[in-house]
Amino acid sequence: MTNDIIWKLIIVFGVLFVTLNVAAGLIWLERRLLALWQDRYGPNRVGPFGLLQVLADMVKVFTKEDWIPPFADKPVFIIAPAIIVVTIITAFAVIPFAPGVEIVDLNIGLLFFLAMSSLGVYSVALGGWSSASKYSLLGGLRAAAQMLSYEVFMGLSLMGVVMLAGSFNLTDIVNAQKGLWFCIPQFLGLVVFFIAGIAETHRLPFDLPEAESELVAGFHSEYSGMKFGMFFVGEYLGITLVSALIVTLFFGGWMGPALPPIVWFTIKTFFFIGLFILLRASLPRPRYDQLMSYGWKVMLPLALLNLLVTGGIILATGR
Amino acid sequence: MATIYIDNKPYEVKDGQNLLQACLFLGFNIPYFCWHPAMHSVGACRQCAVKQFRDEKDTRGKIVMSCMTPAADGARISIDDPEVKEFRASVIEWLMLNHPHDCPVCDEGGECHLQDMTVMTGHSYRRTRFRKRTHRNQCLGPFLNHEMNRCIQCYRCVRFYCDYAGGRDLNVFGSHHHVYFGRYEDGILENEFSGNLVEVCPTGVFTDKTLKKHYTRKWDLQTAPSVCVHCGLGCNTIPGERYGKLRRILNRYNGEVNGYFLCDRGRFGYEFVNSKERIREPLIRNKDNGALEPASEERVLGHLSNILYFGAKVIGIGSPRASLEANFALRTLVGPERFFPGISEKEHQLTSAAIEILRKGPARTPSLRDVALSDAVFILGEDVINTAPLLGLALRQSVRQKPMEMVKRLNIPLWDDAAAREVIQHEKGPLFIAATHGTKLDEIAARTYNGSPDDLARLGFAVAHALDPSAPAVPDIGEDLIPLAQSIADSLKSAGSPLIISGMSTGSEAVLHAAATIVWALCRDNGNAALSFVMNECNSIGLGLMSGGSMNGAFDLNKAFDLVEEGKVDAAIVLENDLYRREDREKAERFFERCKHVIVIDHLFNNTAAKAEVVLPAGTFAESDGTLVNNEGRAQRFYQAFVPEGGIQESWRWLRDAMTASRRPVQWQSLDHVLSAMANEMPVFRTVAEIAPPAGFRIAGQKIPRQPHRYSGRTSIHANISVHEQKPPDDSDSALSFSMEGYEGMPPAPFITRFWSPGWNSVQAVNKFHCEVGGPLHGADPGKRLMEPTVSGEISYFQKVPQAFEPRKDELLMVPLHHIFGSEELSVLSPAIAERTPKPYLAISREDAGRLQVDQESELEIVISGRTYRLRGIINPSLPRGVAGLPVLAGLEGITLPAWGRVGRKA
Amino acid sequence: MFSLLRTMWNVFLHAFRKRETVLYPEVKPYIPPRWRGRIILSRDPDGEERCVACYLCAVACPVDCISLQAAEDEHGRRYPEFFRINFSRCIFCGFCEEACPTYAIQLTPDFEMGEYVRQNLVYEKEHLLISGPGKYPDYSFYRVAGLSIEGKDKGEAENEGPPVDVRDLMP
Repeated sequence: MTNDIIWKLIIVFGVLFVTLNVAAGLIWLERRLLALWQDRYGPNRVGPFGLLQVLADMVKVFTKEDWIPPFADKPVFIIAPAIIVVTIITAFAVIPFAPGVEIVDLNIGLLFFLAMSSLGVYSVALGGWSSASKYSLLGGLRAAAQMLSYEVFMGLSLMGVVMLAGSFNLTDIVNAQKGLWFCIPQFLGLVVFFIAGIAETHRLPFDLPEAESELVAGFHSEYSGMKFGMFFVGEYLGITLVSALIVTLFFGGWMGPALPPIVWFTIKTFFFIGLFILLRASLPRPRYDQLMSYGWKVMLPLALLNLLVTGGIILATGR
Repeated sequence: MATIYIDNKPYEVKDGQNLLQACLFLGFNIPYFCWHPAMHSVGACRQCAVKQFRDEKDTRGKIVMSCMTPAADGARISIDDPEVKEFRASVIEWLMLNHPHDCPVCDEGGECHLQDMTVMTGHSYRRTRFRKRTHRNQCLGPFLNHEMNRCIQCYRCVRFYCDYAGGRDLNVFGSHHHVYFGRYEDGILENEFSGNLVEVCPTGVFTDKTLKKHYTRKWDLQTAPSVCVHCGLGCNTIPGERYGKLRRILNRYNGEVNGYFLCDRGRFGYEFVNSKERIREPLIRNKDNGALEPASEERVLGHLSNILYFGAKVIGIGSPRASLEANFALRTLVGPERFFPGISEKEHQLTSAAIEILRKGPARTPSLRDVALSDAVFILGEDVINTAPLLGLALRQSVRQKPMEMVKRLNIPLWDDAAAREVIQHEKGPLFIAATHGTKLDEIAARTYNGSPDDLARLGFAVAHALDPSAPAVPDIGEDLIPLAQSIADSLKSAGSPLIISGMSTGSEAVLHAAATIVWALCRDNGNAALSFVMNECNSIGLGLMSGGSMNGAFDLNKAFDLVEEGKVDAAIVLENDLYRREDREKAERFFERCKHVIVIDHLFNNTAAKAEVVLPAGTFAESDGTLVNNEGRAQRFYQAFVPEGGIQESWRWLRDAMTASRRPVQWQSLDHVLSAMANEMPVFRTVAEIAPPAGFRIAGQKIPRQPHRYSGRTSIHANISVHEQKPPDDSDSALSFSMEGYEGMPPAPFITRFWSPGWNSVQAVNKFHCEVGGPLHGADPGKRLMEPTVSGEISYFQKVPQAFEPRKDELLMVPLHHIFGSEELSVLSPAIAERTPKPYLAISREDAGRLQVDQESELEIVISGRTYRLRGIINPSLPRGVAGLPVLAGLEGITLPAWGRVGRKA
Repeated sequence: MFSLLRTMWNVFLHAFRKRETVLYPEVKPYIPPRWRGRIILSRDPDGEERCVACYLCAVACPVDCISLQAAEDEHGRRYPEFFRINFSRCIFCGFCEEACPTYAIQLTPDFEMGEYVRQNLVYEKEHLLISGPGKYPDYSFYRVAGLSIEGKDKGEAENEGPPVDVRDLMP
């Protein structure tokens, strides 16, 4: 019994430690990859391969003046950046990294993830609103509208997976992919979920809430120091989470030959993280109205279509 | 009005102009060299060519020189015709054939008319392969630098120097392209207006030697409108500053006052501002060792609050060289009954008399423009070239008025200078000079007379009697004087606008009375008759108006000395005044002995400051704002050109601080507050605040910049002290800013900080600032007259005619001899002026020299009111018998002249 | 949609390209001679200061970071009494070099001017003046100018005739 508790605690802190470190490391990874694709070097001065750049950035962000604008709504302003980090880390609780390596084996794991990512909207909306500056407010408004819109078909796109697996439990879903990864039968669902995931983490090309060419830095224009750092880390946590989910839901989770399961999970996750960064390196940002109409007029029907076809096939095959 | 067509557009122009001036004042750019608004046209340079068409059908046209072609009604010309443009470009190419590759090392660069015109015509490349002709330069004295290589033979220098200013030692030599403008040999240029060659010369042949010593380009000078403080005429100037030092003075055109020119004292006398003798920090006398030591402003004000405690008997001694505002502040501090104007008893008497004559009598006092237009002039007892130089220059023009009638009769346009001079030849209008000694203007005078001050007054009364028999007759008048007086009277009577000039320098009230009597007699028939008094200092009239202008002599320096002597004074404040120059040395010494506390506010450490207990550093004209009233009664504002380093501030600010410290608070934050307080207190200064717009004035929300828009080095000037740039100083006193930012268009006339216009970097840009030759600046010429004559009412002539002068046996009457360079207190501290200052001497008449057996240059011993001086003697044949001339020079100040003195050869 | 994917693929292929970045402190880049770096004051072929203190560089400077004061030495040559450039303001536009009529002020290929104290970026004449002629080795302003200095009288400059005898009236 105590062994169980210790094991659980090890997993909890291990997941916390690893995810936060991965998120921090992503800052370095993203800059190096972007540089690679732009024929540059990126940060290569601090430590071997510039790996200690992360440390330098942390020292910098921790020692920066933590300034709260006098016109801001102070309590909300302080809470907002915490929300995004907390919700995303909490969402990691349901991800099965390997057989037995998960914090909770929740039977509605997928719904829990969706719920957490919905709560994450509060962070940017409140952050943008409490800053009491026009750019922040616009950024916050955009973030709220965008995330709400894309959440709709994000959930719908996953329903195909749920139908195939017959469970909301993520371990069950992984186990259901023993024969065939869901990326094949649920290809449409994968595409829709991936695009929705980009929008949820407001990464390029869907980073309109912080579009620097129009809105300075969007919802976090007024943030500095570690509060800004929280938004920053939250974004990379979000990337990791979405990548991990894609792997879990569509690419067979930890499954793979020869190598230990946790390694397979890591390799797959980093592949999608790399894809996220490649997107940023290559695609321009659409207009805001394009983003919205794309979501409602293309992605939503596609998700519904996916649901319909999947349901139809299941009915027809009678599995 | 005439209508002319320029490139087929009609324009209205005034009659009697030539095409060049018409076009320039309409705002067109026509290049020119030899034309000058004051010296008109000779058609020498061929640069101002335009194409003239016979009528609208004429398409070929002919090239004419616009300066030599009248702007007749219906004239059709083209400025932009390609053929005429090419003509102008080829003319400047010839002119540039021999011009050296000098611009970087030429002091004219950046404000060079030749540069402007070359750019205007588009000439940019020297095509000729031949050699440049070169010249050797001459050393022309401390004022001017000569660089003949740069000459383009426009002849403006000799036309100004010889024809306009009456100089004789500069001329043109040689032939063809070898012509040379200079003296016949190296030497100092003698004329008092030689400095104007700097502005007249379109290129760098004549440049300012004093500027060269601390050279700065025009675009780097911080400039402000200012008024000259070196004589009573109040010429308008533009002082320029760089790096905290005053660099030069340029003329600021004012049609009513100085026009296009300045005298050399005004132009080169500025360097006292940079003098080592300047007081830069407040000083307090150390009680223990008796030395003056620098002190902080707080300590000084604390000390002042002890001396000037409420109820203390404080007297104030004002100054005719301090601004109205400074004098008024002092008057406010001590109270009107304890304010003394700080001039000698005699000077006070004369000033009061002059003001009373000008205000109560019917004769108007003329502006310098009016002086130049007078057609008959009688100077009574004044050496104008030395006491009010620019008045002399105006008189040199006035003698042309009468002969110009011949030119008019021949239908020669007045601007056709060469033709007009050909007609006039050596004809001169009537100018009569009666003075104690021969003056420089004698050469253009119809008749001259030299006599003692009393004899001058008698001649004056004789003229008045000849004009109006009801004026008092002169008893025992000499046979020789009657025809002279009669001829003067006849000339004055027949003139359209006669002018009488007199002044302070004889020190005789009777002379003033005589002058007044003449002009009043003229006024009965001729309302144009004018009377001009030459005053000693830049604000003599202002101070006279402030101290009441009354003739009772209740307020003068002697009265102040008496009060101190009687022990009725606790403290005395001396404002910008050297008492040793005002009264006898003994009286001044006695004053400093008897007065418990003496506070001196001044900018130069003079003998008075050396005796003071507290010395406060005041700003000079270049470091403060204020108002001066010139001899015409014209109040003119001068503005701070730069913010000085150290503890220097305006005199009125020191006095305000002293009042605040000693619990006599006044709410004076800026100059405008002082002006409105002054207007409330003294109705005579009611209009002074209206001379210029107040400090809150803005154009398009902007102040007017003191720095040109090309001002350089903003981020570097103070970088050696700190790399962090300071905010430019604020100016709460005026609508001018110490910055290059502000309104870039043409400012209102009182705020003209420099003459510049796009494409016109030289001083010739002045043409863009006024509407006709010699006319007012756009808006109006700045300045307001505070004195107007009383036209109606009875004229009661002065009745007291002095007795004829009787030479004494063993004494000579010492009369003052003024020197343009040396007699004025401030300018002598300029090295260039000091170089031209003569050594002290005594001038005696030939008869007396014979009687005393004195030769030229022999050493004399002179005893005046108990003091002995050793001077070299100079025989001046123009002096009358029994009269000796004592120059007003450093070392001879503090003698009230005229005075009787004993002269003997050195034992 | 396809174009997006193609873009992503093309960008991805850049991972195998050679990197453009020059690793600067280890690898010194080639700086062309006309590079606009640190400003210097040069000397003429005779070893005298070329600067004649004409103020043209100061007025041309768009950030007004040059100030100087003209003076004249006993030989009649003009020189700057002080010459100051505030490099913390300088934008290395090269206008000063273009304005300079004597080739005195020149921009050099040196750009390594970093300082920890801003005040150290204020260069006075002793920091600016070099001992050689810089880019224009043969030019000497006074050989062209009409001004006479010691060792070069009137009429001895390039393309000048001997001084005129004013008293000579021959055509």
